[in-house]
Amino acid sequence: MKKKKVLSLLLPVMAAGGLILFNALKSDPPKKAADAGLTVPTGFTANVIAENLGVARHIAVTPQGDIYIKTDNSKPNRGIIVLHDNGTTATEKTTFGNFSGTEMVIKNGYLYASSDYDVYRYKLNANNEVIDPNNPEKIVTGLIARRDHRAKAFALDNDGNIYVNIGAYSNSCQIKDRQKGSLGIPNCPILDSAGGVWQFKADKPNQTYKDGTRYATGLRNVVGMAWNQQDNQLFLMQHGRDQLAYMFPEHWDNKQSALLPAECMYALKKGDNAGWPYIYYDQIQHKKILAPEYGGDGKKTGGENAIDPVAAYPGHMAPNGLLFYTGSQFPEKYKNGAFIAFHGSWNRAPEPQEGYFVVFQPFKNGKPDGQWEVFADGFAGSPEKKASGRADHKPCGLAQGPDGSLYVTDDVKGSVYKISYKK
Amino acid sequence: MILKYSKTAALVLLLAAVTTTLQAQVKKTTLSKKKVAVTKVSSGSASLKASMARGKVVFNNICATCHQADGLGVPRMNPPLAKTTYVLGDKTKLIGIVLNGFNEDVEINGDRYSNIMPAHDYLKDQQIADVLTFVRNNFGNKASAVTLTEVKKVRATKKS
Repeated sequence: MKKKKVLSLLLPVMAAGGLILFNALKSDPPKKAADAGLTVPTGFTANVIAENLGVARHIAVTPQGDIYIKTDNSKPNRGIIVLHDNGTTATEKTTFGNFSGTEMVIKNGYLYASSDYDVYRYKLNANNEVIDPNNPEKIVTGLIARRDHRAKAFALDNDGNIYVNIGAYSNSCQIKDRQKGSLGIPNCPILDSAGGVWQFKADKPNQTYKDGTRYATGLRNVVGMAWNQQDNQLFLMQHGRDQLAYMFPEHWDNKQSALLPAECMYALKKGDNAGWPYIYYDQIQHKKILAPEYGGDGKKTGGENAIDPVAAYPGHMAPNGLLFYTGSQFPEKYKNGAFIAFHGSWNRAPEPQEGYFVVFQPFKNGKPDGQWEVFADGFAGSPEKKASGRADHKPCGLAQGPDGSLYVTDDVKGSVYKISYKK
Repeated sequence: MILKYSKTAALVLLLAAVTTTLQAQVKKTTLSKKKVAVTKVSSGSASLKASMARGKVVFNNICATCHQADGLGVPRMNPPLAKTTYVLGDKTKLIGIVLNGFNEDVEINGDRYSNIMPAHDYLKDQQIADVLTFVRNNFGNKASAVTLTEVKKVRATKKS
């Protein structure tokens, strides 16, 4: 936390310096190029390269500089928007797709995309352009999407498998969802078909639940997930449960409830259980705490069979994007570390809301190592907008470009940011 | 707080003596300064203003956690309470949502909201009347008050 404070003190100075440097370097600035209003570390520049794309969720960038963005728009033929990156600005190349959704990944010559119910893929040509935008292949179908946590995030490994998160359609598996004081259902039935990650084949059409394997369970909801190439393992970010103080005011006050539980980073192996809904992770006590719906009081521990997170972050900040940085453009310390897009909280009221930034988590030998730091801030627009939760922009998806630049999507106004480093 | 309320009540009673209109078309900003239109909520002791004040307390304790302090909700999850027919339209339906909860996808002004709203039948009828009156006359909304009688009527339907 100390580091974070120092950083936030320095950020305005850094930003001003960065802006001056940026302007001095530009000889012929394209019209759409704009300093993004973000604060980034010294030496980095941030540009808004596209705007007004609607609900821009996740993003993938090709070696040729094409940018694929999955939108949650209900507009016809704008489910996927393709841009071309011209450096400090991007132009719209084409759009297609009539389904809204979240995930966007390129793997082995295919563009993979998800709706709230299905996973599709489009074959790419040698230039990584979609060959037949009107006829994607349906890979997985019939996934549960009910009230909460409908987005289907996924990641692919190097052995032909796809890992799809199926979010729990509940906050904490209460008998009456989100009802004050309602207790948890014993042997939470949601876990049969949701609240975990399912493994499917990446190339087999029309798979349903019966074709897949429940790879990991006890995960409330996940939007940001990525395959770590260094240790060949699935990493993901869980959105922790809401409303401890609201549901059980006898055990938590609003201040505690704003920070708890942790938003957790997990490194998964087959068969792992992260413990939802029976426990949550308390990043202050560094313990797995029994959920109040199952007899917890904020002190009793639980989840003896549940795994521990590999890193934990303050509550409710909604980690929606996870990316392992493998480029060479950024300074050495970023290599193989993780960038996390925190979409921002809504569940901290009456305490101020938090998040709306991109965090860097240092890694060493494939595991988090050292304190996380805020890498890019200012998406909200002002401290007041951040505190009220009425952020101008909310970071959601992350991608790495062929030159090592970092791309960030915003699903409020549909902006795309490009963050680059120059020595 | 009690002192504040009794003061308000006294003022309201005074105004009620000269104001017979039962209209609830009150501008939020002029509420305290200008002529207050009064609505008989129950026993005649409660004014619109008092009902709004009590409703604000209920709103902050119960509703704001999801719908947020500014009543504008959370994109994709919790619906806004400003300028929607769900709030400004049929009062019977609105009271029903509070009593029974809401478990449907809802589209408001082109945006979809999916989180569940639990039943709030544990609230007292007066609290429901107050909070709905508050919601219908805040966040840029302007609509008639919700009365205790109206809530009782919907509650009776629920039980039968």
